[in-house]
Amino acid sequence: MHTRRKFIKIGAFGLGAAAVTGVVSEWADGALADKPLLLNDKYVSGWRRVPTYCEVCFWKCAGWTHVSPEGNIQKITGNADDPQCNGRLCPRGTGGVGMYSDPDRLKTPLLRVTKNGEQTYREASWEEALDFIAGKMKEIAGKHGPESLALFNHGTPGKYFTHLLNAFGSNNVAAPSFAQCRGPRDTGFELTFGESVSSPEVTDIRDTKCLVLIGSHIGENMHNGQVQEMSEAIDKGAVIITVDPRLSTAASKSKFWLPIKPSTDLALLLAWMHVLIHENLYNKDYISQYAEGFNELKEHVRDFTPEWAYGVTTIKPELIRHSAREMANAAPSVIIHPGRHTTWYGDDVQRSRAIAILNALLGSWGNRGGIFFKEGIKIPDFPRPAYPKPAWSWQDTLNGRYPFAREAVTNTIIEASIPKPGMAHVVKGWFVAGTNLVVSIPLKEQLMQAMQALDLLVVIDTMPMEITGYADVVLPECTYLERYDDLRATAHREPTIALRMPAVSPSYQAKPAWWISKQIGERLGLGAFYNYKDFKEVLEWQLKQVGSSLEEMERIGLKKYPRKTPVYIANGSDFKFKTASGKIQLKSNELQEAGFDAMPVYTPHPQPEDGYYRLIYGRAPMHTFSRTANNRNLVALMPENSVWVNPQVAELWGLRKDQHVWLKNQAGIVSNFSVKVRITERIRWDSVYIVHGFGHHHKPLTYAFGRGVNDTELISRLSIDPIMGGTGMRGNFVTFVKTEPRKGGKI
Amino acid sequence: MRYAMAIDTRKCVGCSDCVVACQTENDVPNGFCRDWVKEVVDGTYPNVSIELRSERCNHCANSPCVRCCPTGASHFEDGGIVLVEHNKCIGCGACIESCPYEARYSHPDGYVDKCTFCIHRVRQGNDPACVCVCPTRCMYFGDLEDPNSKLVNVLKNRKFKSLAPEAGTKPQIFYLL
Repeated sequence: MHTRRKFIKIGAFGLGAAAVTGVVSEWADGALADKPLLLNDKYVSGWRRVPTYCEVCFWKCAGWTHVSPEGNIQKITGNADDPQCNGRLCPRGTGGVGMYSDPDRLKTPLLRVTKNGEQTYREASWEEALDFIAGKMKEIAGKHGPESLALFNHGTPGKYFTHLLNAFGSNNVAAPSFAQCRGPRDTGFELTFGESVSSPEVTDIRDTKCLVLIGSHIGENMHNGQVQEMSEAIDKGAVIITVDPRLSTAASKSKFWLPIKPSTDLALLLAWMHVLIHENLYNKDYISQYAEGFNELKEHVRDFTPEWAYGVTTIKPELIRHSAREMANAAPSVIIHPGRHTTWYGDDVQRSRAIAILNALLGSWGNRGGIFFKEGIKIPDFPRPAYPKPAWSWQDTLNGRYPFAREAVTNTIIEASIPKPGMAHVVKGWFVAGTNLVVSIPLKEQLMQAMQALDLLVVIDTMPMEITGYADVVLPECTYLERYDDLRATAHREPTIALRMPAVSPSYQAKPAWWISKQIGERLGLGAFYNYKDFKEVLEWQLKQVGSSLEEMERIGLKKYPRKTPVYIANGSDFKFKTASGKIQLKSNELQEAGFDAMPVYTPHPQPEDGYYRLIYGRAPMHTFSRTANNRNLVALMPENSVWVNPQVAELWGLRKDQHVWLKNQAGIVSNFSVKVRITERIRWDSVYIVHGFGHHHKPLTYAFGRGVNDTELISRLSIDPIMGGTGMRGNFVTFVKTEPRKGGKI
Repeated sequence: MRYAMAIDTRKCVGCSDCVVACQTENDVPNGFCRDWVKEVVDGTYPNVSIELRSERCNHCANSPCVRCCPTGASHFEDGGIVLVEHNKCIGCGACIESCPYEARYSHPDGYVDKCTFCIHRVRQGNDPACVCVCPTRCMYFGDLEDPNSKLVNVLKNRKFKSLAPEAGTKPQIFYLL
């Protein structure tokens, strides 16, 4: 029986490692004329600028790392040729250097050992750590098959460990970005249009006349290209319509703000359909040419009048009508934005379907100012043998559930890691790369149970995130500024590729993920899958296949390729959508055959009891997930989150501005730490709002520890979407605890 | 020549990129800033509005800070840019008190510091770092005396305001409404 995996705080280890190799340089004060670097513009000699693409979020803006003659990183700026950023990084990208200079970084490989009956970590050499991992993998594969290894990942490092697992014989690879984030949206759009809106989204915001945001807070979610395009659209006079219980930044820039009662969005969407169809405002030519199921839809929404929706959503009927007419006026240059984080209430695929259907009624898909067709360039894989076929895969962990899950569902792999009698498919080892599962995955108890039962847990990260405390082996990855990486190949308006190369050599003993993967692979006898000396060789070969070279990319950082296919549907042309019938599915036969509603239906969701408020969470423009809360460049802008409370609620509770409170959810779970109260008219009286990603409880994150509150720990009730397994997280309610709930207690 | 800036409050999303870019461009020590973002909320739910604006030294034409500086460290450069010459500054803080915009801070090295309009960049024909980095392109920097500049163009065509006009400092940062 495996020893209970005790949580170990990493801070005491790795202190003896070599000092950081580069620090941010100091300019002599007053030497104004000598400031050597120019943002975006001409490059001044004496300094180097090294191409990179950002890793602080998934937008992956191409940029330049500026390095002093002494080899220190001064700043990071955007690559002017990159359509994702147009030479302008967002605050997180500009502050990305804080990831590199973070004093709390992981410094050496660490191995879990038992010393005097206590579990602890000790520093290990790479050799020892890698041998240990390979040995354990062989042992697990010998007993349970190679399929018993799984990977949870986010961002660039994931690719190398996916390759490792695929070569070893497993495709149990999952990312929280599906079942905890964009999964419902992608599934809803695939079921309607035959394809998703991808990432970066193919929304033509730049040229739109009307942008409709449903709970999506562009400007606070700093998806760079979208924020830039929204600003451009505002300049050109576009109308913005925002549906949000909170006056988001985008809502404050909107012609219509619909301060909806949370959880009732589907009722509003149905009422909008009703107005468009029954006032004859929909795009008739488009619907008759490209869609099927219209008559059924018309019948379906007959009774969903704005007056009906008013009773559900609290949005006045006239506001519903006016906003629908505004969309129709702008059509087809209108976007009902699909959003991104869409795991809310458990009927999220249906809500995304409703959004997709509205786009169809307005004819926006395939039209200028609506949703365009992407084109990218395919980078061939470096030559390798075919991957072995696994005996079973993540689909088998679904156990007949979630028929439309087209990507692995994190939670079913976690389930499969908790052994039960008679279980056919069991997972015994995890790799976790670039995702802090403890904060990204709700249902903490299940996660803990699974981690306790594993035979191997390897965590690869740059920072001592909470998840590292549960690992058997912790491997320090170097930051994106210190490594070569896979090419960024983006499919959008124009096909582009971008290069990331090291601006400085890795600090401490940190290593790039490609190297870690290769080392483990070779130890497993999978050398044929890693038939190269280093990653430069891979890049050289790949770039040659697409008519470029490492030399060229080092110079330009980003390369554009000419488009070969049209961006929009040619006027009135015969166009086949990627659905089975080639038509837009207003009514989904696929869903019907699987036993789900063929057209979206509004279902009431539980509402908070007296004294409780719906917990709404979101983003701040200067932070990404939980990964930037320790970044010294960014915490200066926002050191912690606060809980937004409507003044009426504050008065009821006697709350003062900046008073510290603890939050307690409907199941009695109290937040680890207290959080400051922000009293603001920007939030509804039935809800509270916090920015996600704070309240770290891992002391080695010396800055982030104990600052603010972590929403994930308060999300103990999930509404699982039966269509694709998304974990709806907006059905949790909290109340205020005004006095220290754990007096004398330790966290 | 009269350098000035216009900032479009309709486009600003308050992301604070201008703050980070200034810090990395100008080595502003951790915990200090030369520019910052202000959010002003008005009204009651659901009739609420927000104004977001990036603030900094207004490079006033009638600058109390220049007037009150006992050593001449605070002075005007070409184009009206207000600068502090660090080695002349004795850190007395009179300018900090005199500024109606709270645009100045005491640098840990003993002098008073503030926005320079990135004069080192401007002299090379570039815009300040905050203007260059802004994802919403909500800032316009230029010469008020150049009738063809984008800056003059937006000020001609849009309503705008300046901050604390009652202080009579003739500020040169304009907020487009």
